[in-house]
Order: sequence, then C-alpha cells, then structure tokens
Amino acid sequence: MADNKNSNETKTVREIKMGDIDLDFKREITSLPGMEKLRLCFQCGSCTADCPIARFSDVYNPRRLLRMTQLGMKDRVLNSDAIWLCAACFTCVDHCPQGVDMSAVLRALRNLAVKEGVLPNVFKELTDNIAKTGYAYKIPELRIKRRAERGLPDLPKSDVTAVSKLFDVLGIQKQKENK
Amino acid sequence: MSELKYLLFLGCAIPYRIPSYEVSARKVLKKLGVEVVEMPDFNCCGLPIGSVDHEAMLVLAARNLCLAEQKGLDILTLCPGCAGTLRKVNKTLQEDKKLKEKINGILKEVGLEFTGGKIRVRHLIQALVEDIGFDKIKETVVKSLSDLKVAEHNGCHVLRPTKYIGFDDPENPVLLKKLIEATGAECLDYMYETDCCGAPIIGVNDKIPLRLAGDKLRNVKAVNAQALITVCPFCHMMFDINQPRIEKLLSEKFGIPVLHYPQLLGLAMGMDAKELAIDELRVKATDIIN
Repeated sequence: MADNKNSNETKTVREIKMGDIDLDFKREITSLPGMEKLRLCFQCGSCTADCPIARFSDVYNPRRLLRMTQLGMKDRVLNSDAIWLCAACFTCVDHCPQGVDMSAVLRALRNLAVKEGVLPNVFKELTDNIAKTGYAYKIPELRIKRRAERGLPDLPKSDVTAVSKLFDVLGIQKQKENK
Repeated sequence: MSELKYLLFLGCAIPYRIPSYEVSARKVLKKLGVEVVEMPDFNCCGLPIGSVDHEAMLVLAARNLCLAEQKGLDILTLCPGCAGTLRKVNKTLQEDKKLKEKINGILKEVGLEFTGGKIRVRHLIQALVEDIGFDKIKETVVKSLSDLKVAEHNGCHVLRPTKYIGFDDPENPVLLKKLIEATGAECLDYMYETDCCGAPIIGVNDKIPLRLAGDKLRNVKAVNAQALITVCPFCHMMFDINQPRIEKLLSEKFGIPVLHYPQLLGLAMGMDAKELAIDELRVKATDIIN
C-alpha cells in the first residue's frame, strides 16, 4: 500500500465533481451496521485531532473520509488507501460528541471495498489462514512441537470443518474468488 | 471465595509469535491459585476478519462463545484484541435479538446456538483486578521490585471503546499502574501514554506504526523508565520484536526492554528470569533481572 506522501487521496484535492457522487450509495449506506449515525457527523474533527495514526500520516484523515462518505463519493472512498489505515484503537469512538462510531464506519467501508474487489494482501492472508487452520496465522510446526519442551499443553486443534462450513454459508471464500 | 476457574482462550498471535507471554501468564496464574482449563476446538476470535466481512466476525466470535457456554466457564484471554472482540459480540448479541437470531441461523449449520448471558469474557488484567484482587496479588509478592522504575502501555482493546468494555478510565487508566505498583516497582507517567502502538496496520503500511511506536519509546526513555510493561501480544511485537527496526528507521537508540506484565509479577513472586521466559525477549532485560 502507499506510503505517507504517495496516495490517491492527497490533501490538495478540493474539487468535488457531481460525477463523483453516487446517490444510491449515499442513501443505502446508513442501513449498514455501524453507519446508522453517519449523518450526525458535523465535522468537528475530534476524531482526527485525537487520532494517533493521523499524527504520523498525511493521508489518513478520518474526518475527511467521513465527509466523503456522507456526500456519497463511493468510488473515491472505496478505492482510497486511507480506509485501510485505521488501527482500531477506538480513541475517536470514545471522543465523538455525536456518538458516531468511526471505526465501525471504516469497517463498513472496508467491507464494501472488498465487495468491489479491493483487499490488501495482509487481509487476504489472514482470511486464508482462518479458512485453512482456524487460526489467523500459520503457526510453525516447530513452535507447536516446542510447546511440550517448555511445559505448555498441546495447542488445541481448531475445528476446521466447522469453520469452513461457516465460511461457505457466509460466502467468504466465494467473495475472494470473484476477484 | 470459591476457587477461580477459567476457560483459557489463547488466540492466534500468542502461540504464533509470543510464547513468553503464555509461559509467564500460566506460571503467575498458577501461583495465584487460578485454575485454567484449555479451550478445545476454538477458532480465531474474529477480529481480523471484521475488515473483510462484519458478519463473519460475529459468527466466528459467537462460535467461540458457544463453546464456552457449553463448558459453563468464563473465558480468560491474554490478548486484548480477543477479549475486546468476544466481549463486544457477547454484549451485542444479547442486546440485539434480531441479530442474534440471524447469527444463530448460521451457527445452526454447525450444530451450535448462542444463548447469551451465561458466561463472561475477561482479559488477564481485568481478571487480576476484579476477580483475583490486589490483596491476593500482594500476598504472593515475596521480592519487592522497589529499585525498579517502569512505564506501562495498556493496549487499546483493554480499555476502549468504553461502550463495550467498561474497564478502568480510558482517559486516565490507573489499574495496570496499580498492578505494577503491587510488585513494588514504580510506574512512571509519560507523554502520549494512552496512544495506540500502531500494530494493527503493520502489513498495510509499516512506516506509520513504526514511527508511532518509536515516538512512544522515545517518551518512555525521556522519563528514564528501565522497562515498558505490556499486556498485549501485538503491542509487545511492536515494541520488542520491532524495536531494532524502529531504531534503524529513526536512527535512534532506545534499548528499552519490554516485559509482559506477568513476567514482572513473576519476578516479584520470586520466580527466576528463565522460568518466566525473560531470556526470550528481543531487547535484553539484563539490568532488570540482575
């Protein structure tokens, strides 16, 4: 993904074209979990002022992302690298005077981006690992073997059959194959 | 009070990269007379998949909660990410009947049903503070670490969001400090203490979290803390495993050992450094163990 200074969502973009606005997106989005209070944001900027990531990034600006979402700028929001930069520390969630759950807004935007075919590799890997092992990481055999030597009980085997069945019902692997 | 007994939810990050946390936590819990039952068949708490599909996060978390409901035991996690996710889903599904019905419709495929209200989810430090208690902890301290000055990093999901967690004051957290002080060590304040370590976006963008964690290490060093104390595998990876990377990126030397809280407590309980896997830390804690 892009570095600080190298993103498709830079500070200099000020112009909004009517073609950037998707009216259906704007209407439908508030029905998604986490988006209920989207319209209550009055752009005070608490989320951004208190954000530890924003302190170290020129491109990550939750206030701007929220405004673009309110306006229905679907393509620009969903293709923005910035939606993947929230570390989910929930500081903004605690501080928002309007009760907007910014981390849930970003989560919903990420989910929509996935449906549009955008998914950073690190999340692809995590999803694959869960599907194959039940665990989010591939735990090396050596680590599993060494547990006994150091007096740790065996690592419980995850029920992979159950997990893949749930993924089938949820259509998780299918979503990824569509890419 | 009856004996405390929990179902241990290990999560993925600890067996993957941070066994020192598990080793030390088990030792300390045993010393405190807490019984730990292994949780069979569990899967990832659900947190990482929330970014891909919110419903999948709910389902994975709910499956774990169902397994604990079957055992009739509260879940204990060492990872704040797992604790936060399982707590949130446990609460959300109890409050939102329609959502619970929907998730149960999916869980039915694997023969499970989430009831709700049967079990609680505890993070290690919440269990230490609320269930075990400071008195009991202090009773086990045989070797006061009164020469030691450290700083703490709570880990976001132990404290926030307030609406789901409700533990300590996220603006001015004091409970981990008190746990540290129970060992005899002094816990120092530092700038931006409650800020995130940045770990969750490693892999998406590395420079931002490395700079963020570097800023925290700089502030910890500025108050002359001899170590940083964490209670999260991801924060630990960020500050310990990544410390050499941060030092290289920022051309700065920190040399701050990062201990899991149970390692610190274990030292105060009179356990030796090797037993607590302190020798496995990337940044050596030589000054502390001598």
